[in-house]
Amino acid sequence: MNISRRKMLILLPAAAVAWESVLAGTPEASPNYKMSDHWWGMLIDISKCIGCGNCVRACQTENDVPDGHFRTWVERYHVDDLHLENPTVISPDGGKEGFPAVAEDAEKYFFVPKMCNHCADSPCTQVCPVGATFISPDGVVLIDQKYCLGCAYCVQACPYGCRYVHPEKHVADKCTLCYHRITKGLTTACCEACPTGSRQLADLKNPNDPIHAFLKTHNVQVLKPQMATGAKAFYNDLDGSVR
Amino acid sequence: MSGVEGYMYPNEITLYWSVLIVLYPFITGLVAGAFILASLERVFRVEAVKPTYRLALLTALAFLLVAPLPLVLHLGHPFRSPEMYFTPHDTSAMAMFGYVYLWYLMAVLVLEIWLDYRRDIVHLSQSSKGLLRLVYKVMTLGSSNISERSLAIDERVGWIVTLVGIPSAFLLHGYVGFIFGSIKANPWWSSPLIPVVFIFSAMVSGIAGVMLIYMATTKMRGKKIDMRCVDTTAMYLFYIFIIDFSLEMLDLIHRIYEADESFRSLNFMAHTKLFFSQIVLQICLGTLVPLILLFVTQVVKLPEIVRKYMYVLSGCLALIGVFAMRWNVVIGGQLFSKSFLGYTTYKMELVTREGFLAALALALLPLLFLWILVKLLPPWPEKTASVAGD
Repeated sequence: MNISRRKMLILLPAAAVAWESVLAGTPEASPNYKMSDHWWGMLIDISKCIGCGNCVRACQTENDVPDGHFRTWVERYHVDDLHLENPTVISPDGGKEGFPAVAEDAEKYFFVPKMCNHCADSPCTQVCPVGATFISPDGVVLIDQKYCLGCAYCVQACPYGCRYVHPEKHVADKCTLCYHRITKGLTTACCEACPTGSRQLADLKNPNDPIHAFLKTHNVQVLKPQMATGAKAFYNDLDGSVR
Repeated sequence: MSGVEGYMYPNEITLYWSVLIVLYPFITGLVAGAFILASLERVFRVEAVKPTYRLALLTALAFLLVAPLPLVLHLGHPFRSPEMYFTPHDTSAMAMFGYVYLWYLMAVLVLEIWLDYRRDIVHLSQSSKGLLRLVYKVMTLGSSNISERSLAIDERVGWIVTLVGIPSAFLLHGYVGFIFGSIKANPWWSSPLIPVVFIFSAMVSGIAGVMLIYMATTKMRGKKIDMRCVDTTAMYLFYIFIIDFSLEMLDLIHRIYEADESFRSLNFMAHTKLFFSQIVLQICLGTLVPLILLFVTQVVKLPEIVRKYMYVLSGCLALIGVFAMRWNVVIGGQLFSKSFLGYTTYKMELVTREGFLAALALALLPLLFLWILVKLLPPWPEKTASVAGD
């Protein structure tokens, strides 16, 4: 093939631009990461959460979460002495900008950060008609968005309300436990942004992870245990009124 | 936030299953019910309903052809839907849809219609002209053997297909019920009774639908309605309706008496957001009134004209009731928060892909298909007799 100098001058910048886009679409390799060595979960210490909304903002920025939808959100519970089973809950814009102030002598108030529980027996992956959502060998519930039909069956099946259909991509979307970060040895965006350490990424297969000591010494619970989903978002100090 | 009362998880405010998903169980229910009515004649030898036999089969086919459309139209990526056939997920109830659908369409309905109409098709392929002749030629599938022996084999095979078709019809619609009933996250749906209720309500809608179509088409053709046929159909409708109503009430009473953690939420819905569609439309107008009407026709000797009006009224109300039931399951199941602390509102759009007009078009499309099928394969009893006498 004969390429003139003039053609070459046109082709080279075009090829450079194309190569950039190829690189941009290629996930960064994580050569030292072995999936079988990990089993990820999350520790959420309710007693430490101050409802600042940093986690929600960090998640939205990191993962380009569309407005009005949430991969994580924070709820504020108000439990009245007479209505222990029927708390008043708010989460204005997912708690992204914090919460309105309460009177000092107020009754029982506390914050509950929510996110995908990355269940080991997840009902959402069970119902997906094409297996587009799956549990990775390291225990993270993920979605192959190039494969998802957008039927929303998984949204219906999640007991925790953690899934939504992306308004532009028209596929299911949810927390990925910042898989792109944790496989490179980083923590999740929400954990990193939390000023009080209320959220802690936990690797249950890592014997040196502080989660093990924590689980031994604290009253830790999962949300809706009656659902038997094998949830891996472990809550410390979880009030019985939380749903 | 507008339309939200109490607390919804923030991702729950939008409903993802729209009126199209209401239409889906309604249409498949009509298919299953119409087929069961057809099988009454074929398998259980209820001769009185014979005039509706072919019409019931064609009705079932017309609705079955439309059944997947609401589902596909609702998908975020409709063109990926063939993946359900190629790479089905073995733990998913929904993944089986394609197979159950294809089985029912090809192995049951089309086969039974073909076997039943084969003699007519051969005759028509010889007597018609032009393009129609070609169409009938193709429909013979190359077999123009209509000897006594051959027809006897058709009859025997057709009987077996209908026999297989009855559990298949139960499977088709029971399976649709299972899609909802197996969702443990949603207490409104999660019940082993749901598939059974779906099957019986399907039979109610299918029998009522075919009865109405039979009466309307007979009237339109200026023929006399066979009252023995309609009386018998209405009698079966009444019996099935009683079973359906009992099952629905059993579910309701069980929920009320058990009053588990979701009860407060569901009770509130039944008294507010679903009051009209559930209490008024589904239970009172769509079930109790037609049941009373049908009961009266069973125990009181009424003039023919009164019975006709009562059947038409109870048939229409039964269809409204079953549609309302599907609505209350699909939409009702998404109106409350899984936190049981709040409620949202369903706002039906008008002209969008999942809006009212699309739903209306899909609801009417089976009638267009039925019209074409009836033109192509006349199901009328006198036609059958004349073709047979050729």
